[in-house]
Amino acid sequence: MSLEISIRKKLSSFELEVEFSIGDAEALALLGASGSGKSMLLKCIAGVERPDAGRIVLDGRVLFDSDRKICLTPRERRTGLLFQNYALFPNMTVYQNIFHSIRRERYSTLQIKQKADNAVSMMHLDAVRDSPVTAISGGEMQRTALARILVNDAELLMLDEPLSALDEHLKFSLEMELRDVIGNFGGNVLLVTHDRDQAYRFGSKIALVNRGKIEKIDSPANVFANPETVDGARITGVKNIAPASVENGRIRIPGWGLDLACDRLPAGCRSVDIKYAGIRMNDLKPAAVVPEFEDGAVFNFKIADVLSNVFSYTVKLYSSTAGAEALPLYWQVSKQIWEPCGTDNVDLYLRRDAVMPLKQEERSQ
Amino acid sequence: MDLYPLYNSARIALISSVLVFFLGICLAYYVAKLPALIRGALDVLFTVPLVLPPTVVGYLLLRFIGPHRFIGAFFFENFDIRLTMTWWSTVFATTVVAFPLMYRTTRGAFQSFDRNIEDSARTLGLSDSFIFWRIRLPCCRAGITAGLVLAFARAMGEYGATSMISGYTPGVTATISTTVYNLWRTGSDDLALRWVLLNLGISAVVLLCLNVFESRGRKS
Repeated sequence: MSLEISIRKKLSSFELEVEFSIGDAEALALLGASGSGKSMLLKCIAGVERPDAGRIVLDGRVLFDSDRKICLTPRERRTGLLFQNYALFPNMTVYQNIFHSIRRERYSTLQIKQKADNAVSMMHLDAVRDSPVTAISGGEMQRTALARILVNDAELLMLDEPLSALDEHLKFSLEMELRDVIGNFGGNVLLVTHDRDQAYRFGSKIALVNRGKIEKIDSPANVFANPETVDGARITGVKNIAPASVENGRIRIPGWGLDLACDRLPAGCRSVDIKYAGIRMNDLKPAAVVPEFEDGAVFNFKIADVLSNVFSYTVKLYSSTAGAEALPLYWQVSKQIWEPCGTDNVDLYLRRDAVMPLKQEERSQ
Repeated sequence: MDLYPLYNSARIALISSVLVFFLGICLAYYVAKLPALIRGALDVLFTVPLVLPPTVVGYLLLRFIGPHRFIGAFFFENFDIRLTMTWWSTVFATTVVAFPLMYRTTRGAFQSFDRNIEDSARTLGLSDSFIFWRIRLPCCRAGITAGLVLAFARAMGEYGATSMISGYTPGVTATISTTVYNLWRTGSDDLALRWVLLNLGISAVVLLCLNVFESRGRKS
């Protein structure tokens, strides 16, 4: 149960060029902005789009190999793709959708009926069994689409932004349902999403996808601790990004008036490659609540604005020392930890490893 | 009132509707898969009868199936069949004129069909013929039916090309439209009015059907 991919495909504004492999029953989340080529990658694996060149191997089965001129049809690939809009057959009922997705050649008519019945009750679709799929809720559509893939004996499960078509209040409960399905699936699972929390919760690995390339592929903790590139930082939700330079083991960020020891650089990266630094909004702490300052330093900031969220504040800060070139630094803090108390300044503690050195020039938009 | 023109018009429209139905669906389906350049050229070719004056269509048809032209001469010499001036000759004219309506509406319906649905069916292992007959056609039913109704109505009312291909022989090639013209020409105003009213009735029913199908299409 493994998946090996190395493909190239020219798209209208950039080239999709992806190479990765995942092992036994591993789940990989592909995290990237919309239009970064993630959905196209899934379609190439499913066989409904054809890469220009490359190789796709699922569990030792070659699905596509441009050198050996192998390109299995979508039917022969036995991969399950959950489309963003579910792509149910709109002229059929829930039951018919599931019934027709069972592979005829493998089962007797009686077995097919039993399999479809089981899937209906397993996915809690009994109440809408004979409803047309155009008349059921978003959650029921997702369950129907999942049931179709499960009865189809798919060997790879691919989910394309599975929750994005749903109302906010449904997302949480359906994500929990989805977790159960994925947990019981047993094969490799690929999830495409632009929601960083979903990606973080989902799998054993995350791949950051940007303009058709995988920028980094690692465990969720490592990917989020150091996304390495400016685009990677943006995708993982880093809101504070500013020009920076690294010299003699120290990182200087003039716009934020910061100067800290810097002991880690992205792998294979020299000091001169670092052009930017990123800091997560949540990584700043009021100095008053931090017991010791060993791993970082305290800086003084001017408060420019305070936005009140439901459970937290977003505070716009300027460095007290940066002067004319000062850039805003956004800080998010729980209302239980800090309240604005009329002062114009605040002392904040910053851990050394919360400052992420980032490579790559910022692309002109 | 001799109802032969009604009967003749109806059977001609029915036959050409059946022809146009299958031709329109097949060509709309396959043309959509062709490379853009060929597709554009065929689109023009298949749509042009819609914008040509019917007499021009009639003239062009006569160039091919007239008794001295090559298709017409071939049938006349080998099978002793004249392709013009019979009741069924009109079918050539009505089919050519009605075809673009079926072709265009069906293509529109096929284009708005969500490609993901077809792709998901393929990943689930369903055959191309299942996808076409059991998913694509039912999903595009409203559009296809609307095209068919329009084509039927157009075939029913065809005059210009019809009169050139089949002329007007009472009880043989007379259709409603050629009958109205000839009754008016010969001064039988009362009878002409009756046919006009009958024609108005038929048109109203056809448009009513079209509205029903269109509102159904919007719902689904």
